[in-house]
Amino acid sequence: MGRVVVDVMPKPEILDPQGKAVASALPRLGFHGFTGMRQGKRFELEVEGPVTDEVLEQVRQAAATLLSNPVIEDVVRVAPAEDHDGATA
Amino acid sequence: MTGPGPRAAGQGALESARIGVVTFPGTLDDRDAARAVRLAGGTAVPLWHADADLHQVDAVVLPGGFSYGDYLRAGAISRFAPVMGGVVDAARGGMPVLGICNGFQILAETHLLPGAMIKNDHRAFLCREQVLAVQNVDTAWTRDFAQGERITIPLKNQDGQFVADEHTLDELEAEGRVVFRYEGWNPNGSRRDIAGICNADGNVVGLMPHPEHAVEKGFGPDGPQGPRTGTDGLRFFTSVLSTLVRRSAA
Repeated sequence: MGRVVVDVMPKPEILDPQGKAVASALPRLGFHGFTGMRQGKRFELEVEGPVTDEVLEQVRQAAATLLSNPVIEDVVRVAPAEDHDGATA
Repeated sequence: MTGPGPRAAGQGALESARIGVVTFPGTLDDRDAARAVRLAGGTAVPLWHADADLHQVDAVVLPGGFSYGDYLRAGAISRFAPVMGGVVDAARGGMPVLGICNGFQILAETHLLPGAMIKNDHRAFLCREQVLAVQNVDTAWTRDFAQGERITIPLKNQDGQFVADEHTLDELEAEGRVVFRYEGWNPNGSRRDIAGICNADGNVVGLMPHPEHAVEKGFGPDGPQGPRTGTDGLRFFTSVLSTLVRRSAA
């Protein structure tokens, strides 16, 4: 079974209220020195067989049409999952 | 209670105007929207997200709520519901479409309207009676307002911050497509105080505040005649009925 990872981030020029809220909690917990935080989304898509170029192309299209809104977000990665991506299956 | 409305235009013509109200899983305000249509004198037609048939409606309201739980992004999954194919085609053909709150988010996701809504800049859900300045009375949904008029209708959302790139914002302003602006205080950080916009033809309008909650005395925001007397929202619905009656007479 193959897995494809898609990472989506808010565009740099768009204010990220969630990232800001999370960042404001850091100093309260004693984590200092962080000057910013942005929160994105990670999707993991599973397929029966191996991750072929055709599968990747389909995922790229899905990422552009459904998984992200190009007005406010960028798709920053579409790639086959690797071991360090935390595969569990 | 009838209230002021375009009744002089002929009750029969109004009642024959069929306004579809779409219900998605997680929609909250479909019943209020249908009630607003009836109070304005029209016929409300329930439309179901999974049914691609628009049932010969003359206009469509996409009401507020949290369709599909706002999963992924507000309006992102609803955009691909079977009913939306017909709504998008009809809107491109000139049918009046109003998106309220979540409905506005859906219209942005379909790209019938530009821009997008992100979380409020103060990051909290907000519910208040909101004053708006009416900026364009030439749309299908605002012809019963006066240019520059101040109206008060409820606002209630968490993802209400309208954003678009500067070029798009300049274009909206230049073409007079900013239909409503927040007045007095910007409640969510929306660019240029924008509360509602329309497409180039003025038949598709989207806004974050809720006109359908200000259509009947006793249940709306405070108004000039006293607490809960505000019915400014009713004129969205009388406007579209006037639009449809004029079109059928033409």
